[in-house]
Amino acid sequence: MDRRLLPAIVLLGVALAAPFIVYPVFLMKVLCFALFACAFNLLIGYVGLVSFGHAAFFGGAAYITAYSVKVWGWPTEAGLLAGIAVAALLGLAFGAIAIRRQGIYFAMITLALSQMVFFFCLQAKFTGGEDGIQSIPRRPLFGVIDLKNELTLYYVVLAIVLSAFWLIYRTVHSPFGQVLKSIRENEPRAVSLGYRAEHYKLLAFVLSAALSGLAGSLKSVVFQLASLTDVQWQMSGEVILMTLVGGLGTIFGPVVGAVVVITMQNYLAPLGEWVLVIQGVIFVVVVLAFRRGIVGEISAWLSRLRA
Amino acid sequence: MAGAVEFILETQGLTKEFAGFVAVRGVNLQVRAGTIHAMIGPNGAGKTTVFNLLTKFLIPTAGRIHYQGREITKARPADVARLGLVRSFQISAVFPHLTVLENVRIALQRRLGNSFHFWRSEAVLDGLNERAHALLADVGIGDFWALRAADLPYGRKRALEIATTLALEPEVLLLDEPMAGLGHEDIGRISALIRRVAKGRTVLMVEHNMSVVAELSDTITVLQRGEILAEGPYGEVSRDARVIEAYVGTGHG
Ligand SMILES: Nc1ncnc2c1ncn2[C@@H]1O[C@H](COP(=O)(O)OP(=O)(O)OP(=O)(O)O)[C@@H](O)[C@H]1O
Ligand SMILES: [Mg+2]
Repeated sequence: MDRRLLPAIVLLGVALAAPFIVYPVFLMKVLCFALFACAFNLLIGYVGLVSFGHAAFFGGAAYITAYSVKVWGWPTEAGLLAGIAVAALLGLAFGAIAIRRQGIYFAMITLALSQMVFFFCLQAKFTGGEDGIQSIPRRPLFGVIDLKNELTLYYVVLAIVLSAFWLIYRTVHSPFGQVLKSIRENEPRAVSLGYRAEHYKLLAFVLSAALSGLAGSLKSVVFQLASLTDVQWQMSGEVILMTLVGGLGTIFGPVVGAVVVITMQNYLAPLGEWVLVIQGVIFVVVVLAFRRGIVGEISAWLSRLRA
Repeated sequence: MAGAVEFILETQGLTKEFAGFVAVRGVNLQVRAGTIHAMIGPNGAGKTTVFNLLTKFLIPTAGRIHYQGREITKARPADVARLGLVRSFQISAVFPHLTVLENVRIALQRRLGNSFHFWRSEAVLDGLNERAHALLADVGIGDFWALRAADLPYGRKRALEIATTLALEPEVLLLDEPMAGLGHEDIGRISALIRRVAKGRTVLMVEHNMSVVAELSDTITVLQRGEILAEGPYGEVSRDARVIEAYVGTGHG
């Protein structure tokens, strides 16, 4: 057997057994945010663009799924697809405006656009204002799979998130991913070889937005809730934190980052506002001391051992 | 049509201003198809700026550019590359963390038309390996294919850059100081390579190394302070009093 597959098989075993040991809703929350962080990482790690507006895709999709399932009575799978589609369209709009900018300008424009989405969600009737959209029914998937059973829901969420991971992996290692890499390495050279760099960045942005939307949609199914927290700028900050803590540009980094941050929030919740302070401290420490993130530092350490 | 034009690349009144400073002023450049055309001039004369204008990396303040008889003044940089006008850079431009083979494959890949396919495995690119190996062998770096481009010695990076450019099968090659930073041995090798690849193509190159210019070029354009100072074959231009003064004046040999 291929030895490189071993860690993946172990992880899969852990993921399958986990809901018997840990509270499934907590695990599903971790999965949703791990997907969100990986989607974000596709952009920051493989295109080199820092978006400060990913909450718009996450939260926007959460609202769309919530509304279409609860108010229109759509089946869950249709609600998820609607969330992804709207997130992709939002991504296309954001990208079309921001993609030619770089660095801090790109971050500022995405932040500004996502604030517009936030205020829209705050004002619009259908989002339910401060209350959000609550008690979203968990309609059976494809009319047969009962999502009211928490364990079933967990395995469905796991399957969807793993497929999304696979798509991200595939994208990074595809002909498209190869061109993305060349653009990140030396954009003028890639352009001089005939690649219209903005188009490639835009597609990466839309993919990242769509997958972030899937994460948000899943979250609204799991918690049966979509609220302003999902579209708020803090959500954009949180995903940056997860990605940096785990290690950007690594495949597993964002997953580890999500696990760390969500676990911390969960166990430190009794401390109230102090969670934010602790998060801030961790953020500063990571940026200053572990620039490659947890996974990045570990793999650097392993390759030093081997050398 | 393409075969009918005498000048494959032509500019009229090409001008570029940077915030009040005129880097290129009213340049009328004519590059004859099938020749090696050198552009020389002291540092800061505007040579790289002209290249950036020709390849659309900069938008001219005034003037027009024709390539193969069609106007490309408003084209986008990626599009002129698709038309066969391909440049290299003054500072060697490779993709450092890709392998030498992957560097060339990037250039070959565009024609497959799968460059937006994010759902396919990159294994579909393996079909390009044979052609990529041939191109690397052609510029004398066939044995280095598995190295990361960053780990190549500088002279070999130049060769890789040329192989990558040739992968596009360009009509016109624009080389910005291909000999810069090269040792004696590499200069001989790269200049032989340029002579060889120039067969059936047009080459426009910026170069400070006068013996290379003398040896390779059919025509020389001398640029000074953004304007054309002299033009003609080496023997003529090198005797031109204004050219000698321009070079002596700035300490160039
Ligand atoms: N983007 C820019 N903004 C402002 N000024 C510029 C810019 N690019 C070039 N210049 C100026 O234009 C002039 C011409 O520069 P250019 O790089 O074209 O010279 P060059 O002939 O290629 O010189 P060298 O032999 O040193 O490569 C220089 O004075 C340079 O400072
Ligand atoms: Mg120059």
